[in-house]
Amino acid sequence: MRQNSAPTGLEEILQEVDRINPSGALGLNDCVVSHIYGKAEQIAREAVTQKEKPRVDWDRRLDDILTSRVFGFPSMLLLLAIVFWLTVSGANYPSVVLASALFWGQDRLMDLCRWLSAPAWVSGFFVEGVYRCLAWVVSVMLPPMAIFFPCFTLLEDMGYLPRIAFNLDRFFKKAGAHGKQSLTMSMGFGCNAAGVVACRIIESPRERLIAMLTNNFVPCNGRFPTLIALAGLMALGMGSSAGATLIVVGVVLTGIALTLAVSWLLSKTLLRGIPSSFTLELPPYRKPQVGRVIVRSVFDRTLFVLGRAAGVAAPAGGITWLLANIHVGGTSVLARCANWLNPFGQALGLDGFIVMAFVLGFPANEIVLPILIMSYLATGAMTGLDSVEALYRLFVVEHGWTWLTVLCTMLFSLLHYPCGTTLWTIWRESGSARWTALAFLLPLAIACAVCLAVAQTVRLVGQV
Amino acid sequence: MGLTQQSCGRGVMRDGLSKGAAPQFDYVVALAGNPNTGKSTVFNALTGLNQHTGNWPGKTVARAEGWYGDSGLIFKLVDLPGAYSLLANSVEEQVARDYLYFERPDATVVVADATCLERNLNLVLQVLEITPRAVVCVNLVDEARRKKIEVDIVSLRESLGVPVVATAARDGCGLAALVAAVTDVSSGRVKTTPCLVNYREDIEDAIRRLEPKVRKLVGEEFNSRWLALRLLDKDQTVIAAVRRWLSGKVRPGPGVRGEILA
Repeated sequence: MRQNSAPTGLEEILQEVDRINPSGALGLNDCVVSHIYGKAEQIAREAVTQKEKPRVDWDRRLDDILTSRVFGFPSMLLLLAIVFWLTVSGANYPSVVLASALFWGQDRLMDLCRWLSAPAWVSGFFVEGVYRCLAWVVSVMLPPMAIFFPCFTLLEDMGYLPRIAFNLDRFFKKAGAHGKQSLTMSMGFGCNAAGVVACRIIESPRERLIAMLTNNFVPCNGRFPTLIALAGLMALGMGSSAGATLIVVGVVLTGIALTLAVSWLLSKTLLRGIPSSFTLELPPYRKPQVGRVIVRSVFDRTLFVLGRAAGVAAPAGGITWLLANIHVGGTSVLARCANWLNPFGQALGLDGFIVMAFVLGFPANEIVLPILIMSYLATGAMTGLDSVEALYRLFVVEHGWTWLTVLCTMLFSLLHYPCGTTLWTIWRESGSARWTALAFLLPLAIACAVCLAVAQTVRLVGQV
Repeated sequence: MGLTQQSCGRGVMRDGLSKGAAPQFDYVVALAGNPNTGKSTVFNALTGLNQHTGNWPGKTVARAEGWYGDSGLIFKLVDLPGAYSLLANSVEEQVARDYLYFERPDATVVVADATCLERNLNLVLQVLEITPRAVVCVNLVDEARRKKIEVDIVSLRESLGVPVVATAARDGCGLAALVAAVTDVSSGRVKTTPCLVNYREDIEDAIRRLEPKVRKLVGEEFNSRWLALRLLDKDQTVIAAVRRWLSGKVRPGPGVRGEILA
C-alpha cells in the first residue's frame, strides 16, 4: 500500500520544501553545521579539563622528523633496512637447525619405508616429493617470517605505517594515481590478494584499477623468503648479512619505483584522468603492546602463511617428483620441459628449471624456490641440503649460476605475474576478465623485458 | 594493516559476512565512530571475532558483523564505516547514516576519542538527532590521561542525556560497563533523553511545518524531525535513499555490499 502512494507523497513533500525554503533561502546547511559545532564545543568545554599542557608534544616532534621532506625518506629507509637486517642475520642460524632436523627426519622416513619394504615410488613420491618440499618450505620460510612479521607488526602497532603513506603520497599524486594507493601498496607487502581487496578504499574506479594492476610489484610475504634466501646466496661472496640486507632493500625499492612508473604509464595511457584528493589523518603514536604483537603476528600471520604455503607445497612437491621421475624416451618429463624452456630462460638470464619453477609456482609464490631446489636435486647428484653454503654448492657449483642468474631470478620473482589467488581476487574485484588478463600480462611483459635488458646488457659488457 | 586469516590468501575468496551458523539475535547494535578512535578494537573486544586492528585511517570500508551475548540475550554488532559526520560528504558517511536511519538498530554505540572529544562530539550529536537509543563510549581514556586530559563522564552524561561509558578498549577497561549500558538501552530498561540541537527559529518553524507530512510518508516508527530537516536541506543523497527505501528495493543490509563500494 505504501509502495503505491509513496512516490507522490515524497514529490509532494519536496514541492512543499521548495515553497518553505526557496532556492536554499534558509541557509540551512551552514546553520546546521555551526549549531552542531557550537553545541559540541559547549559540551566539551564543560566536560573536558586539561590541567597542564604536556611539556613536549612528542607526537608532533616525531612527526616533524619522520614525515619531514628531508628526513622522511632516510628514516624510512633506515627502518626498512633495520627490519631486513634483523631478518637476514637472525634467520640464518634457525634455518640451518630446522633444515638439519627436518632432513634427519627425511632419512628416518626413508629407513621406515625400507623397513616396510615399500615400493620405490611410494617412498619417492611421499618422502622425496611431498615431505622434502614441505621440509624446504618450513626451513626456508619459517625463520625469516617469524622475525619479519613481528617487526613489521610492531611498526604498524606504533602507528608508523600511515606515516609511510604520508611520505609516499605526493609521489603517487605525481604518478597520476590516488594517494591511498600507498596504503594498498603497503598492504601488498603482506599479501597481494589482501592488497587488491584493500583497493576498495579508493573511490574512483580509474585509480582503483591502477592500484590493483600495480599491487603485484611489491614483494608479498610469499616472495620475501625467496628474495632473502637469494640475497643471502648473492652476499655469500661478500661475506656479510649487511650485503644481503642492502640487496633486499634495493629489490624492495625497485619494486616501489616500478609501481610508480607503471602507475604513471597507466594514468597516461589506458586509464587517463586527474588524481582525486583525500585527507589522511595521522593517528597518534601509541606504545606498542609487544607481547600481544608477537602472539598476534606469529599466529595470525606467520603460521597462517606457513600453513597456506605448506598446503600448496605438499601437492606441488608430489607433482614435481612425478615430473622428475617419469621418464619419456630416456629423459624425465621435468628435464624435457626445462630443456624446452631453456633458450627462453637463458635469454632472460635464467635457465629452464627456474622458468619451470615459476610456472609450477603459479598457485602460490612461496613454493617457487622449494620446487627449484627439488628439481635440481632430482637431476643432480646431491640428496640433502641444509645451509646457505649447501645452497651455494647446489646452485653455483652444480648448476652454473652466476650472480647474474641470482639477480635475474630475484627480479623475475619481484615482477612476474601475481599468484593465482591474487588474480582470482582481481577478477572478482574488477568484475572484468580483460583487466584480469592485463593484470597477468603486464607484469609478465615487464618482468621479461627487465630481465632481458639486464641479462643482455651484462653479457654485452662482458661482466659474466 | 588488516592482514588476518580472513583477509589474506584464500581467505579473500570467502565472503566475509557469511559467518558460520549465526544464532537468532535478540537485539541489533550498531557501532559508529570517527576513524582512529579504536572502534575496531571495541568491535573485536566485544565480539571476539578474529579481526585484526591497525591504525589505518578509514580502513573499515566493508561492513563487519559479529555477535556477543549478555544476560542471556544475544546482540548482533554491526561495525559501521568510520565517519566524521553524517552529513554525507563521503560514501562511508552515507552508509553509516542510511544504516542508522533506515535499519533502526536497537542501540547505537558511538565510540569517541577522549583525546579530542570536541571533534568527536559532532558525530555524537548527529547520531542523537537520528536515534535516541544511543550509548556513548569515550575510548582511549588511558591515552587522554597520559596527555593530562580529564574527561568528566558524569557531566557528559548529563549534557548528552544518554549513557556515557569511559573505556580503554585496548586493555579491556570499561567494556563490561559498556555491554551493560547497551543491554539497558536496547531492552528499553533505561530511557534516554537525548540532547537535541535547536536551530534558528525560522528553521525550527519550517521543520514544524514539514514534519507531519514526513511522518505520514515514513510512518510513526521513523524519526520524522531528522528526515524533515534533511529534506529541507535538499540533501540529494537522502532523497535518493528515501526513494530507494520507498520502492522497497534496497534495504541497506548485508546485500548492498556492492553498492557500498560503488
